[in-house]
Amino acid sequence: MTYEELLTQEALADDRFVVMTAENRALVRNIYAHLGNRFIDTGITEQTMIGAAAGLALRGRIPVVHALASFLTMRAFEFVRTDAGIPNLPIKLSSFIPGFLSDGNGPTHQAIEDISLMRGIPNMTVFAPADEDDLLKMLPQIWNYPSPSYVRINTRKTEYEHAPFEFGKAEIISEGSDVTILTYGLLFEQALEAVKILQAEGLSVGFINMRSLKPVDEQAILKAAESNLVVSVEDHFLTGGLYSIIAEVLLKHQASAKVLPLALNEKWFKPSLLPKVLEHEGFTGKQIAEKILGYNTKAVQTTIAAQEFSE
Amino acid sequence: MSTQHTVINKEALQATALKVREHIIRMATDGGCFVGASLSAADLILYLYSEWLNVNSNNLDDPNRDYLFLSKGHDVPALYGTFVELGLMEGKRLKNHLSIDDHIYWHPNTKIPGIEFHSGSLGHLPSVAIGVALDIKIRGGKNRVVCILGDGELNEGTCWEAMLVANAYKLDNLIFVVDRNQFQANMPTEDLIPLEPLHDKFTAFGAAVKRIDGHDFDALHEAFSAYPFQPGKVNVVIADTVRGRGLPSIERRADRWFCNFTATEIDSLLKELHGEHQTQLTSETLVVR
Repeated sequence: MTYEELLTQEALADDRFVVMTAENRALVRNIYAHLGNRFIDTGITEQTMIGAAAGLALRGRIPVVHALASFLTMRAFEFVRTDAGIPNLPIKLSSFIPGFLSDGNGPTHQAIEDISLMRGIPNMTVFAPADEDDLLKMLPQIWNYPSPSYVRINTRKTEYEHAPFEFGKAEIISEGSDVTILTYGLLFEQALEAVKILQAEGLSVGFINMRSLKPVDEQAILKAAESNLVVSVEDHFLTGGLYSIIAEVLLKHQASAKVLPLALNEKWFKPSLLPKVLEHEGFTGKQIAEKILGYNTKAVQTTIAAQEFSE
Repeated sequence: MSTQHTVINKEALQATALKVREHIIRMATDGGCFVGASLSAADLILYLYSEWLNVNSNNLDDPNRDYLFLSKGHDVPALYGTFVELGLMEGKRLKNHLSIDDHIYWHPNTKIPGIEFHSGSLGHLPSVAIGVALDIKIRGGKNRVVCILGDGELNEGTCWEAMLVANAYKLDNLIFVVDRNQFQANMPTEDLIPLEPLHDKFTAFGAAVKRIDGHDFDALHEAFSAYPFQPGKVNVVIADTVRGRGLPSIERRADRWFCNFTATEIDSLLKELHGEHQTQLTSETLVVR
């Protein structure tokens, strides 16, 4: 099953769904043949697409809208906030190539403040699946939730088979007393590799796939805070993402923890193909593990699959 | 093309329009409101709800009703005045203007029955109206969608982006009405960001355009009776209007955009509306918001 197959299946079963795109067809190339006039391409008009999605939602539709992450969240930010957020309409934002997934595009296309922006909108819910399996497990609940939702689309394949999705819950993959890694989205792959290296070095390692960043699983974060070190790993600016979320949750519950944030601190990343980007920015599994350990290991980094170009 | 030309009672509409203007003037104190834009749009809003739109207090949730979106938003006192006169809203509720206990403020919001969507940020409702018009097309409905725009609002790029999309989807069930009162907030439009030739601009974007006197009920009726103007084309009505229409003391004045009159001025302006002498206004002018 692919994203497009799932969306087609969902939309054929429930005619409230309409599929929209601001001429970003990578995920929905074939869907017109199935949905006909319930597929609406507004051209390169992220703002008009969101406004029109609001109009469709007023008529009882659930628009699933597609655009590149940076333009969906920033070009159209005020439309998302004003026309989806204020009226709490169930507009479903499928955000394409978020974070490091924009690999060779350059800073115009780097959505690395999207989590921060979207979670700041009242009524908005925010999700970041670890891979295609996780994405497909999460989407049916997200699409049927009666509020606007933002999803960092991630169709990369990994070997990992995820647990069923519970709305607002993180996926606790392991618990550990020495260190707990919290991550979301694409970096799950590398964090998983880091966990294996840390375990080989004899550490007791907790590992959490956040999945839902708003609502956030506060108990998972508080539990993680019981380990000696909490590490947040994200392809996002340091400000406003998971590191900030952890800080907010700890403060709210008057808890404290030693936290190591791995994020992009006041900088855009160097554009290249994804494996090179991860290596350059220090986000391969081996690099993550060694930052936590404070020393180099003999671990061999698994080859990172490149992204196919698609826009 | 259906040009079912019913007869309108022009005198009755003019009498009701005076009452709508009285409501607007009474809202322009104790905090004030955007009087100029409300007075320019009053006749076309009243015409649409009285004579043309299939909207009444019994069908506000009917998916087959017509839709009207106020995109510029500042003209909402004209909508409230119209709602009161047509029985969609209780008249005494207007006394709650700006009350913390009600929802009547400077921009439209959906807490007021009959308001389809909130506005205030310019250039948003053209696209929202497109979404509604698209859905009506998908479902094969016959209902119509009106979106009232300010002329100053046309500075916003998303109005023109929406025109491109409305044209692409051949939304002949959608009518954009421009309240062409010649002013944006602080300046005459032609002195700041010129819009003319406006008819040609909309035509070039693929619309079927009519330009009429937006205070002449016969002209409004003739234009809207010609709906759809041309099958397959989005409709545009450029309604030439006068900012502050009905009050010579504020008509066409750049400094009378937002007005917060004193109680004495309100009494005098209500008389001025009915043809008595012009009011000597002393209240603060041009509050830029």
